[in-house]
Amino acid sequence: MLLESIKMSWDNIINNKLRSFLTMLGIVIGVASIIALITIVQGATSSISNQVTELGANKIIINVMGTPLKQGLNQDDIANISKLDNINGISPTISRKSGIVFHNKVMENVTVQGKNEVYFQTDASLLNSGRAINILDLESRNQVAIIGSNIVDELYYGIDPVGTDLTINGTTFTVIGTLAASSGFGAESNNDKVVIPYTTALRGLGVKNIKNLDVFLVDTSLADDTVMEIKGVLTPAFNYKENAYTAFNMGDMIESFESIMSIMSLLLAGIAAISLFVGGIGIMNMMLVSIIERTTEIGLRKALGATPNIIQLQFIIESIFLSLIGGLIGLILGALIAYVSSILIGIGFSISIATIFLAVGFSAAVGIVFGYMPARKASRLNPIDALRSL
Amino acid sequence: MDEVLNMNNICKSYYMGAEELEVLHNVNLKIHTGDFLSILGPSGSGKSTLMNIIGCLDVPTAGKYLLSGNDIDDLDEIELAKVRNKEIGFVFQSFQLLPRISALHNVELPLIYSGLPSPERKKLAGEILKRVGLADKIQNLPNQLSGGQQQRVAIARALVTEPSILLADEPTGALDQKTGSQVVELFEQLNREGRTIIMITHDSNIARRARRVIHILDGHLTEVEV
Repeated sequence: MLLESIKMSWDNIINNKLRSFLTMLGIVIGVASIIALITIVQGATSSISNQVTELGANKIIINVMGTPLKQGLNQDDIANISKLDNINGISPTISRKSGIVFHNKVMENVTVQGKNEVYFQTDASLLNSGRAINILDLESRNQVAIIGSNIVDELYYGIDPVGTDLTINGTTFTVIGTLAASSGFGAESNNDKVVIPYTTALRGLGVKNIKNLDVFLVDTSLADDTVMEIKGVLTPAFNYKENAYTAFNMGDMIESFESIMSIMSLLLAGIAAISLFVGGIGIMNMMLVSIIERTTEIGLRKALGATPNIIQLQFIIESIFLSLIGGLIGLILGALIAYVSSILIGIGFSISIATIFLAVGFSAAVGIVFGYMPARKASRLNPIDALRSL
Repeated sequence: MDEVLNMNNICKSYYMGAEELEVLHNVNLKIHTGDFLSILGPSGSGKSTLMNIIGCLDVPTAGKYLLSGNDIDDLDEIELAKVRNKEIGFVFQSFQLLPRISALHNVELPLIYSGLPSPERKKLAGEILKRVGLADKIQNLPNQLSGGQQQRVAIARALVTEPSILLADEPTGALDQKTGSQVVELFEQLNREGRTIIMITHDSNIARRARRVIHILDGHLTEVEV
């Protein structure tokens, strides 16, 4: 019986191809926009959060604005923080722009950063060739440098930079390694950087204070507690002055970023759902017209022994068919739009199973909800009136 | 002979606003297996209403109606649908075939609602179409058939469930005289094979070919001898 109802519904859709297609169009557009928007937003989210994660999720970043009496952190502050629990290592950053020279080739305004061994230990993929800065370099303030990929390209075309001499701010450094090319953006990009031991930087670059500290954690889930403890150390050190420094947890930043993106994708999906709703009304309208057209047929079927339930079933199936087919077309169209857009924008494309189920589920639900009322109306037609309407 | 249908003091009223309009007054009617009965009356006489009640498409306002021993008054909508499916074979004036499906599929329709599996349906529908003389037309669509052939398909559809009563409402109304006469001939044959037939008509020439003729006028029945 169910099979027969399905067959009858299908026949009816096929017999009214143009009208069925136009009715489906609402659902097609609704589902396509939901799929495209969700997929694009998800692709953008994962691309951006990958980049953010590259900066490190397992650390607390301390930035110092300073007070007139104490403009930055010193070695003692770092030693005090490293005594706290849950700390895996501390990597200070001293940053300065400087000119660099190799074999009479000059680059101006290169970011030179003083770092320590912890910076290289936390991420093994940082180094492309050569060796990292070690404790001995820091203790003896060795004049060694590790250079970014863009600097290699510009100054060392065709030459292995490791072992060569590079002049930074008038002082000669030995290049001991190169940094891996990164996809990071802005100031955090490693490609245009020169990294030297921070102890060497404190002496040779004319920077006296450490303004930036990355504190690496053992257990990320305790990050908030560790932030409080760090504040317990630094607030007295800055003599309880407000706004002397900030300490924030990168994990928090990633989390809040992801929650913003998910709110955004919900919002977009909500807008797309409106068009799905409009599509549903289109289906309901077509079903009502179809019932009026087929009043006699319904009456005849009832006279031949169709129960109200069977009539209702047949019309609901028809409406589900319309919306499901529309949903499937919309799914394909939406995926296509998302695929093309992701190539154009330059983000990753991946369509999740959940998205597919969402689309199919949504359109089936539209079919049931908007098909129910017309189907019920059809099932309640009085066979006499229905037959007489001829 | 077995009693197929027994109507006892059936009344039917409609309400036009506050005004009550009585269409059938105390109708009493008994039909036995093998009867061939025609109900003759002009339009507005109540014969359509009577047919609807006999066909379980409508329920009486008062009175008792037994169809094959079932008290129709006790049945709900779903049971009424089943009674229509099993006990009544409808033949309509305008054939009422579904236009987009073949003659065979049209005849299958009532069997679909009886829940018969497809191979059996096809076999039964094919046999009954052969019986009404349309063995070579089973795959034709209704619009590829003449009026008389379409009415034969409709009769085959009415017979396919082996109903207790074949109920024909103006079966010749949309046909020319010759084809109409052939349709009545088919009824006569079917009746000789033992089928119970009720034919509603306003044409006294057609009505007279039944074994029993009942006049209906203003909701009152009178049986006339033929």
